[in-house]
Amino acid sequence: MSTATIDNKPAIPEEIKSFTATIIVRRFNPEVDDEPHWQDFDVQLYPTDRVLDALHKIKWEQDGSLTFRRSCAHGICGSDAMRINGRNRLACKTLMKDLDVTKPIYVEAIKGLPLEKDLIVDMEPFFDSFKAVQPFLMNSVTPVKGKERIQTVAQRARFDDTTKCILCAACTSSCPVFWTDGQYFGPAAIVNAHRFIFDSRDENAAVRLDILNDKEGVWRCRTTFNCTEACPRGIQVTQAIAEVKQAIMRGKA
Amino acid sequence: MTSTIEAPRSPYTRSAKKSGVNWEKWGWIYMRVSGVVLVVLIFGHLFVNLMIGEGVSALNFAFVAGKLTNPFWMTWDIIMLWLALIHGGNGMRTLVNDYATSRMSRGILKIAILVSVVALIVLGTLVVFTFDPCPAGAPADLVASFCKSL
Repeated sequence: MSTATIDNKPAIPEEIKSFTATIIVRRFNPEVDDEPHWQDFDVQLYPTDRVLDALHKIKWEQDGSLTFRRSCAHGICGSDAMRINGRNRLACKTLMKDLDVTKPIYVEAIKGLPLEKDLIVDMEPFFDSFKAVQPFLMNSVTPVKGKERIQTVAQRARFDDTTKCILCAACTSSCPVFWTDGQYFGPAAIVNAHRFIFDSRDENAAVRLDILNDKEGVWRCRTTFNCTEACPRGIQVTQAIAEVKQAIMRGKA
Repeated sequence: MTSTIEAPRSPYTRSAKKSGVNWEKWGWIYMRVSGVVLVVLIFGHLFVNLMIGEGVSALNFAFVAGKLTNPFWMTWDIIMLWLALIHGGNGMRTLVNDYATSRMSRGILKIAILVSVVALIVLGTLVVFTFDPCPAGAPADLVASFCKSL
């Protein structure tokens, strides 16, 4: 019987070192500024921190006037979409270790929507487009009392991807067509139309296809894939738009 | 990332749906269809002109004149001319819509595109249908071989 000995000292977890990162935020206070301007902050951070944590540190420790939206802080509510190093991202899903912290990190509001203050934009035009595609179930038949509307697994899978949308506007505000023409519905509205157009329980696909077969509808899409790249939920946005185009051309979902 | 993207030039609210032909839709379909056809036409054109037989060194007035008397190549060229110019013009219109910021410059640029597309189509069509492969008094070594029999 051997004597149990401790040959090695218990492994000490490797210390995660903090570092100083420079965050450059595009500030705008409508009561004081005529033009937005860039302001830089040095923040002590860990690689496991998110950009949202950096913004919190700035707001709580350095400058309380920094204004941004966030609600759940876990990538579901869609409040904190912003342009981080020139790409539309959720601040709560972007880890510092995935960014090049040897260079300053630029954070600004999403583009193409009216800037209200610092990182906050007016989302109303975005939601107007969303409302315009009638994003709700329309069905004239009432199911038997106590029963649901039946759908097969395949029928559900048909539109599964587009149910993931959290309406953060990252896609729409990365779309170059939307930047120049505010009348374009934008990717997010088309994604949410797609979610109901291809739902077997919905009866009004034709109405939505008609809405999107507009001068400012799906035909403005130039398949630049900015929206797919920007989507924090990984929705294949450009593909969804292409499927809606196909449905309009065939005249059915 | 330091670039500034201004608010869009047109209002966010859409005007009431107008009836009539949806030109954006037909423009989109045209770009797809003509693009596929043009891939065949243009690469076929390049292949025949530059690779078959003597290759690029065969290209001269007589070669082109010979092709333009053949109804097959006349049809090929006229289809390629119309499809390519309208395809290119529509693509340029899209670019102007994106990058020209004022209503005035947009209008001027789009009219300039329209005028040049129409002019090139008219000129090209004229050449294809009224081309004389054997101009009078041309030296025999510069024109196609069949000119001698005329």
